[in-house]
Amino acid sequence: MEFFRIGRTIPFMRHALVLNAISFITFLLAVFFIVTRGFHLSIEFTGGTVMEVNYTQSAPIEQVRSVVSGLGYSDFQVQNFGTSRDLMIRLPLTPGQSSATQSETVMKALKAADATADLRRVEFVGPQVGRELVENGLLALLFVIIGIVLYLAIRFEWKFAVAGVLANLHDVVIILGFFAFFGWEFSLSVLAGVLAVLGYSVNESVVIMDRIRENFRKERNMSVADVINGAITQTISRTIITHGSTQMMVMAMLIFGGPTLHYFALALTIGIWFGIYSSVFVAAAIAMWLGVKREDLIKPVKKAEQTDEVYEE
Amino acid sequence: MNRYPIWKYLTVLVAVVIGLLYTLPNLYGESPAVQISSAKSTLKLDAGMLDRAQDILKKSGVTSTGAAFEQNGPVGTVRVRFANTDQQILARDTIEKALNPNAAEPTYTVALNLLPASPSWLSAIGAHPMYLGLDLRGGVHFLLQVDMQGALTARYDSLITDLRAALRDQKIENTGIERSAMTVVLSFSNTANRDRAISSLRTRNPDLQMVERTDGTRLQIVATLSQAAITAVQANALKQNITTLHNRINELGVAEPVIQQQGADRIVVQLPGVQDVAKAKAILGRTATLEIRMVDDSPTAQSALAAGTVPFGLERYQDRDGRPLLLRRQVILTGENLQDAQAGRDNQSQQAAVHLTLDSKGARIFRDITRDNVGKRMAILLFEKGRGEIVTAPVIRGEIPGGQVQISGSMSAEEAADTALLLRAGSLAAPMEIIEERTIGPSLGAENISKGFNSTLYGFIAIAIFMLIYYQLFGIFSTVGLALNVLMLLAILSMLQATLTLPGIAAIALTLGMAIDANVLINERIREELRNGEAPQQAIALGFDRAWGTILDSNLTTLIVGVALLVFGSGPVRGFAVVHCLGILTSMFTSVVGVRALANLWYGRQKKLQSISIGTVWKPKD
Repeated sequence: MEFFRIGRTIPFMRHALVLNAISFITFLLAVFFIVTRGFHLSIEFTGGTVMEVNYTQSAPIEQVRSVVSGLGYSDFQVQNFGTSRDLMIRLPLTPGQSSATQSETVMKALKAADATADLRRVEFVGPQVGRELVENGLLALLFVIIGIVLYLAIRFEWKFAVAGVLANLHDVVIILGFFAFFGWEFSLSVLAGVLAVLGYSVNESVVIMDRIRENFRKERNMSVADVINGAITQTISRTIITHGSTQMMVMAMLIFGGPTLHYFALALTIGIWFGIYSSVFVAAAIAMWLGVKREDLIKPVKKAEQTDEVYEE
Repeated sequence: MNRYPIWKYLTVLVAVVIGLLYTLPNLYGESPAVQISSAKSTLKLDAGMLDRAQDILKKSGVTSTGAAFEQNGPVGTVRVRFANTDQQILARDTIEKALNPNAAEPTYTVALNLLPASPSWLSAIGAHPMYLGLDLRGGVHFLLQVDMQGALTARYDSLITDLRAALRDQKIENTGIERSAMTVVLSFSNTANRDRAISSLRTRNPDLQMVERTDGTRLQIVATLSQAAITAVQANALKQNITTLHNRINELGVAEPVIQQQGADRIVVQLPGVQDVAKAKAILGRTATLEIRMVDDSPTAQSALAAGTVPFGLERYQDRDGRPLLLRRQVILTGENLQDAQAGRDNQSQQAAVHLTLDSKGARIFRDITRDNVGKRMAILLFEKGRGEIVTAPVIRGEIPGGQVQISGSMSAEEAADTALLLRAGSLAAPMEIIEERTIGPSLGAENISKGFNSTLYGFIAIAIFMLIYYQLFGIFSTVGLALNVLMLLAILSMLQATLTLPGIAAIALTLGMAIDANVLINERIREELRNGEAPQQAIALGFDRAWGTILDSNLTTLIVGVALLVFGSGPVRGFAVVHCLGILTSMFTSVVGVRALANLWYGRQKKLQSISIGTVWKPKD
């Protein structure tokens, strides 16, 4: 069985302008939604208390709402979580009140209203932790970008490094755009997912760049666009299969992983599909616009060329 | 050409064996156990308890399947395992009855627990199961922030007492010593006194940095603690708070509490299995429970003691050996006034002694009390769970003015150390605040395990089926490689005794999804070489060799991300990152070396190989 019976090189680069325009528009839309809608940040970032309460029957949301507002809270949320019997209650951070008293008084009131209420989980995060998380998240992003640019610049060439990072940031921004647009909860595990996508999608670009370099070496008289087209065509089968396999894993998490892994898996899913798109259509095209040349790639790797020739005999 | 030297096959074989051995303990589950620990910080539990517990069980005919004593810092614990929960509960009741004859006043905590059920030969080679994070087993997690400013303020307050005593000793007149923010300001009426003070204090307090200053007409010295001293104060405060927390948590009878320092000023407390958050918080947040009171040794009190009555105004307490004493109700000082307690030696007699440092208020009260009560005894009481016990009851030899108290007498160096620890343990060095709290019910934990496990399993099966259909025999090789990857990853995590969390399981799943990339790269490359007309053996060799550079590059970039998450991440993100990084490393080994070994073993010997089973290799018609 072979899915991809591609006889000739597909001229990806001929459509580079259109494809780049599409990604640019998607990118702008994502930025627009991030700016206008903002994120629905989890309490890990904002600080506050989250309680997960389980009922034996379908959870009485309205009753819970009135009980909580009866305690003097105004800015709180009550929603179903996972099943209809599970409720998630989010309480804002109130100065001068510790989490201990907060979750206990609420739970006592809920139990008084309905004795079957069972506390499944409490999470309290103080304000200083949240601030640190945001800082650390941004630092991690910065570190990842610098690290990848440096690695690619050393291993390949700066034009590829810039192209790779731009393409992958585009993926990250689009994932964030999805979270902003749909108002999905952005938690720490989503952040981990987003950063993992960054690595995953760079990985994808690297495979194509590797092939471009190899083809530059083999085909001495081909144009840059043709070399890039050839590289993408040769690796497209692997791209689809690899991402398909990863997607199968992520799909399993999305279906069987329960609410805790839901948004993590969702972030990965979006990341995987846009990762394919960006490395096939965006990264190589940016490298082409930046004017990548045969000489850029062949010079620093003379040794590799020699070992390559040993095999070819 | 596709032959591995023997050592390479052996390397793969060793990896498989180690992977199996160290993953194995995770499969045994847990067996019921009973855990005995001391309920009082005045009582140390030692290895002798092991024999005692086994003796008790033997007498009552309860059979245990193993017992062990473990010393964790100052805390000793005995754990006894049982074949089933019936035996466990029976044993708990028996031991409880034997060790705590007075149920209202338990001296030991006897708690039910679960211990890894892996056989002893596995434990002997250091193969232990992974810890399960709280999100998988249920429990409470606290992140406590230690108020270091509070600790420093207290240190400066005690420094004032210290400096005042020092100047008095040297008969250097001063016009006032006071704390101003994070400095101590000493005022003098003339330069001669100030110069003498500086030179004297410099030798006595090398920790101090002193600057001379003239404030109007007053000659002053501004003293600040050196950076090293500040660091030491903070490190001590953190250490003492952790010790105190250990003692307090011990009361809860928690199976495997985690009490760790995080960063410079934070403490993580994890109490697996604890559901009563309110009680846990009350115990963690308890304030100082140390009291100093006068002992009544008068003849009337003595006779009342002998008669077993307690006269009005007095209270009866027991010391650590169970001897009763009558104490006055009036509390002279509490633990709040005690700043430090250190074991040491008496300057003259070289006897073991405990040195106490009181704050300025405490020092003043202490001076008055000691002046008026020379020859009498005072008792230091430690309250635990609302019951007081006398730690020590020394005789007052003379007036103690400077707030520096020394208790010495017939005690060994070890006893002095224990007493000092006890006195310190009564209080927290610096106030703490809960800045993060997570409670996970046990049912939710079990659900998380099964969800995480199932999603990984189903994802793995889906990938395996696909690889098998698409790449046939090479698909099987790849799947075996992937399975070996899981095995090695779990083995390494178990060896490191890492804590497995739900994000960790997600990372295992994701790593598997990404690890297959290496094999897809290899297999596609082999097909491509076949398509280009290479002989099968040549195609295998070229496929592996040419894919290697790409695999290395792509994995290294992924590793950069993993390391970033590890460095900057916290909590769940870090749990994810650890597994992710390790998974990338193991996948490079299994998918390249492991799978190659399989391919070589299968095809390597066949000199005239006509075709290989790697699925259809479609060739374009020119």
